[in-house]
Amino acid sequence: MNDLRDLYQEVILDHSRNPRNAGRLEEPSGTAKGHNPLCGDLITLDVLVEDGTIRDVSFDARGCAISVATASIMSDMLKGRSLAEAHDLFQRFQDMLTGPTAAAEGLDKLEVLAGVREFPMRVKCATLPFHTLRAALDNESGTVQTE
Amino acid sequence: MNAPAGQNPEVLSARADFPLLARPMHGRPLAFLDSAASAQKPHVVLDSLRDFYESEYANVHRGVYLLSAQATDRYEAARETVQRFLNASRSEEIVFTRGATEAINLVAESLGRSGRFEPGDEVVLTVLEHHSNIVPWQLMRDATGVRIRAAADAAGNVDVDAVFREVSDRTRLIAFSHVSNTTGTVLPAREICRRARERGILTLVDGCQAVPHAAVDVQDLACDFYTFSGHKLYGPSGIGALFGRHDLLASLPPWQGGGSMIEEVTFERTTYAPPPARYEAGTPNIAGAVGLAAAIDYVRGFGSEAIRRHEDAVLKYGVDRLDAVDEVRLIGTPAERAGSISFVVDGVHPHDVGTVLDTEGVAVRVGHHCAQPAMRHFGVPATIRASLGIYTHVADFDALADGLGKVRELFRL
Repeated sequence: MNDLRDLYQEVILDHSRNPRNAGRLEEPSGTAKGHNPLCGDLITLDVLVEDGTIRDVSFDARGCAISVATASIMSDMLKGRSLAEAHDLFQRFQDMLTGPTAAAEGLDKLEVLAGVREFPMRVKCATLPFHTLRAALDNESGTVQTE
Repeated sequence: MNAPAGQNPEVLSARADFPLLARPMHGRPLAFLDSAASAQKPHVVLDSLRDFYESEYANVHRGVYLLSAQATDRYEAARETVQRFLNASRSEEIVFTRGATEAINLVAESLGRSGRFEPGDEVVLTVLEHHSNIVPWQLMRDATGVRIRAAADAAGNVDVDAVFREVSDRTRLIAFSHVSNTTGTVLPAREICRRARERGILTLVDGCQAVPHAAVDVQDLACDFYTFSGHKLYGPSGIGALFGRHDLLASLPPWQGGGSMIEEVTFERTTYAPPPARYEAGTPNIAGAVGLAAAIDYVRGFGSEAIRRHEDAVLKYGVDRLDAVDEVRLIGTPAERAGSISFVVDGVHPHDVGTVLDTEGVAVRVGHHCAQPAMRHFGVPATIRASLGIYTHVADFDALADGLGKVRELFRL
């Protein structure tokens, strides 16, 4: 139960029920869809990048608490960051969930998702928004899949 | 809640036959409610595999030596066990496959090559089908130009009328699940097959979720093809069986080529063996067939009536417990149910429910259950499915209900 309380913290429940930046951008510079076939999580994410800086992020997500909360917190944190910073954030986030030490350095609000590490079956739920973000930044066509 | 009547003490004791069920999960007793995905294995099946490999194993239909002859006898005896289990009229009507998925691919592929289907002909499925009873027909459609139609009434139930509303003069085949793997709905297989036969329409019945729960008689059903997977019937994985009407199996072309399925091979031309060998290219899953026969003997030892009574009582208890949870919404309203209950918890995604239940020792399946069209039909992205087997007790559903209490607490419902 303690691990579960770490996983489903109040902040995560709040973000999953009231996701920030929900919706679509009118003129995104990049868009991508992400899909986790295992549980059916589906996210469509828009980004607006100007001069190498992320100006805006918006998403439509239908999925579990973990994936929606990650998308919500992630989108809040990305605005005003450079592309390099966004990639660095993804790397740190992945390290926190699957790396050898669980270091949460520089992750700021995303640190609330550290509990996912104890639930390996759920890591893909948390990383799906980031995979989708990366595809949107590259403006790849098609759908990113976690499987 | 009190345990319901109808539980047969002999069936209740079956649990002790399954060693894995004694394994604690997250420090709690395991409540295994995912038998519809794959069932656990009793000692007699595990022993049959070990004994066969230790004392009787060799390739089949090959050697002149005693071992090979004995292994062949065991393999063919397993075929006869399946024949009796399905009440097929002869053992040549039973083809061993990897499972039901392979069996349906076999039928779709062989029918597709047979010249029996012309562009514009129709195959009728139902919205409740598992992907394994959809995609093989789409592959056949791409090769033959047939059209696919899907039957259901507005509530998502599939009765005879719903099926025959989709049937036209161009319908050549109806393929459907005997029991839905998602909602546990029992389809009126006998009525569908008999009406289809009157109209000269072939039928294939996917019996994966039916054979663990009820006796099946393919002659009484009047189906043309029937299939099931061994691993859902307490047998090993990688083995299953296809029943096919003998005149069909004897006239359809093979779907895979290789050893065992031939009469004579030259570089110009090959003639094929009669069924069932025609459809069993290569060395088969010999020990799997032996293990499957052991599983069938095990189930028949209880008798399908006793199993059905026990499971119906446990299932009814499960439905009642789930119904008593405010936020739980059952998916599908079958008039007759076997094996499975699908539900959602309003306000919590099934995947999150599954994770919480897992930490409580309750193993359920969450997701789309390889039936995405059914999910779309019911308007949900995914469900939680609790499914039972011969070893399931009401206590497993108590654990599920308690686990859902934890879900409500954590998510503040």
